[in-house]
Amino acid sequence: MSARPALPSPAPTDDLRRHLPAIEPDRTLTDWGRSERVEKLLDRTLTEFLYHYWFRCEVEGIEHVPPTGGALLVANHAGALPPDASMIAKAIKEEHARPRPLHITVEHWFKGYPFLSMLVTKIGGVPAHPANVLRLLHDEQQLVLVFPEGAKATEKLYKDRYKLRRFGRGGFVEAAARAGVPIVPVAVVGAEEAMPTIAQVGVLKRLTGLIYFPVTPLFPHFGLLGAAYLPAKFRIRFLPPVRTDWLEESARDDRGLLQEIADEIRGQIQDEVVAMVGRRRSVWLG
Amino acid sequence: MSGRRVLITGVSTFWGGRLAQALERDPGVDVIIGVSPDDPTCELDRTEYVRVGTQHALLRRIVRAAEVDTVVDTRLIVDSAIAPAKAAHENNVIGTMNVLAACGGADSPVRKVVFKSSAHFYGSERDDPAFFTEEMERPHAPRTLLEKDVVEAERAVNAFAGRYKHVTVTVLRFVNALGREVRTSHTALLGLPAVPSILGFDPRYQFIHEDDIHGVLEHATREELPGTYNAAADGVLALSEVASLLGKPLAPVLPPWGTGLAAGMLRRLGLNIPPEMLQQLRYGRGVDNRRLKAAGYAFRATSREAVIDFAEHLRTRSITDGDPGYRYEREVEEFLRRSPSVRGADRLGLGRLSAEQLAELARALESLPEARRDA
Repeated sequence: MSARPALPSPAPTDDLRRHLPAIEPDRTLTDWGRSERVEKLLDRTLTEFLYHYWFRCEVEGIEHVPPTGGALLVANHAGALPPDASMIAKAIKEEHARPRPLHITVEHWFKGYPFLSMLVTKIGGVPAHPANVLRLLHDEQQLVLVFPEGAKATEKLYKDRYKLRRFGRGGFVEAAARAGVPIVPVAVVGAEEAMPTIAQVGVLKRLTGLIYFPVTPLFPHFGLLGAAYLPAKFRIRFLPPVRTDWLEESARDDRGLLQEIADEIRGQIQDEVVAMVGRRRSVWLG
Repeated sequence: MSGRRVLITGVSTFWGGRLAQALERDPGVDVIIGVSPDDPTCELDRTEYVRVGTQHALLRRIVRAAEVDTVVDTRLIVDSAIAPAKAAHENNVIGTMNVLAACGGADSPVRKVVFKSSAHFYGSERDDPAFFTEEMERPHAPRTLLEKDVVEAERAVNAFAGRYKHVTVTVLRFVNALGREVRTSHTALLGLPAVPSILGFDPRYQFIHEDDIHGVLEHATREELPGTYNAAADGVLALSEVASLLGKPLAPVLPPWGTGLAAGMLRRLGLNIPPEMLQQLRYGRGVDNRRLKAAGYAFRATSREAVIDFAEHLRTRSITDGDPGYRYEREVEEFLRRSPSVRGADRLGLGRLSAEQLAELARALESLPEARRDA
């Protein structure tokens, strides 16, 4: 950010949160573009089926998701067309004592790709811009889910399953710390087997403009059928929240410290995933 | 302290004209001078109109001679469909520098500059945040000529603010306007039987109602608001939502790839979608208006209400279309304002009370005897 100090900033006012726009009851869309209607439709059909019958999700530690206030959920990410985000959102909807909407951060790429840009926004996807995350967590006190591994996780091959990639540069910790909200680590097992990637085809990736072009057991040779998941058993475990409000104002800019916390959270999730995979007797039956 | 002495540039535009009308009702404003190269397009009463462009020598003389303390610059072109690129650049960049030059100087009486800018400052890109706040910068350099001009104009205003610290400089970044009278490329597009869009995209749109445009300008003229403010109503709508409020289908006539090419063909067919609007139709834009609200401005309409009002205008358009509207007749106006022979109601503007003002007057008269009884 370049220095442009000429215009004086306005006198510091009290909390800007007071001035958030009121919710207009006649609208079915939020200011983020999320559609209650589309979300409900998808939830009642596909997500319901996948959650209960296809993946037979088992959830532990749901009480670690705070019932009020902002919180940042951090999870491991996997699968060519990753089903983990919608399963975590559904888990909160189904199991939590006070179900709350979950905002899922997605790559900016989605906003630029036709149709996906419409769909992803409508079902609660938010571009992973730090300002978006901060506004949701701090100003609107919402639940936000991030996958700090990003596309590095979804493009990795089956042979690397459950090996967590690098956790970005700790940006998510900074967002949570600046908002003063807890971080809830989430470990997911099953997504790696639901749509494993066998190979990546660089040429086709460039031709289609997709973020990656995977070869899965069903894609691309079975065409649309390639979007079908294999019926792996899902386990989602919410870990105890990591508080960030103890961080001093000055520590929130300390990149080294933020990176350290990020690595620690990554370690927690990695250990939990390893333990869960160890306890699992069958990929399909759990 | 005596009242304000205001100079409004671009008084021929909707923005400038409406502001002049609003300030005329304010007894705290002593003098209103409207300048623009074109005749005013709305009826002005005590505003003194001077036909002048942005030649800074002339403006400087007017500013000093009339001891103008507040300059409201509303002349920025924010729609590349209404002027060729070169003329727009001349007006937006060179014109802004000239206006600022006229306000500057050690002995200048100007104490406040309100600059009407545009949310095009932020552009509309894939990597944007969902809500721009005032201190954010666009993620990439401007893509369209118009956006470049807006950024450059604001840079000039910034430099002015840095140089003249005793002058209150307010920059207002307006989003797309909607209402019954304002005409832009967006009102033209939304006025079509179906709302054109890019296949596979449903961009987020934020509007400001036309009443809030002059409301915000008036607020900035009256109050002290140093710095930059986003001027946008509450609520960000999806284009599909806008279309359904208008009761129209969404027509994805533009392909997601080769959009510029298709837009060029549509332009030949008579449907002009300017490049900055193409960006908006793809990626949309939202801005954070909380700083302006915290500065004491209460918006009269939300984005949704602005769209609904516009929809009502569209439905009655065919009925009211025959009305020729207001035309500025220079000689008549001069006569009515300056001639000593004019003694009637017109000088005070009494013959021209609107229905609302009449109703208000009637209410005030009715309440009079009651007040007396209470006393």
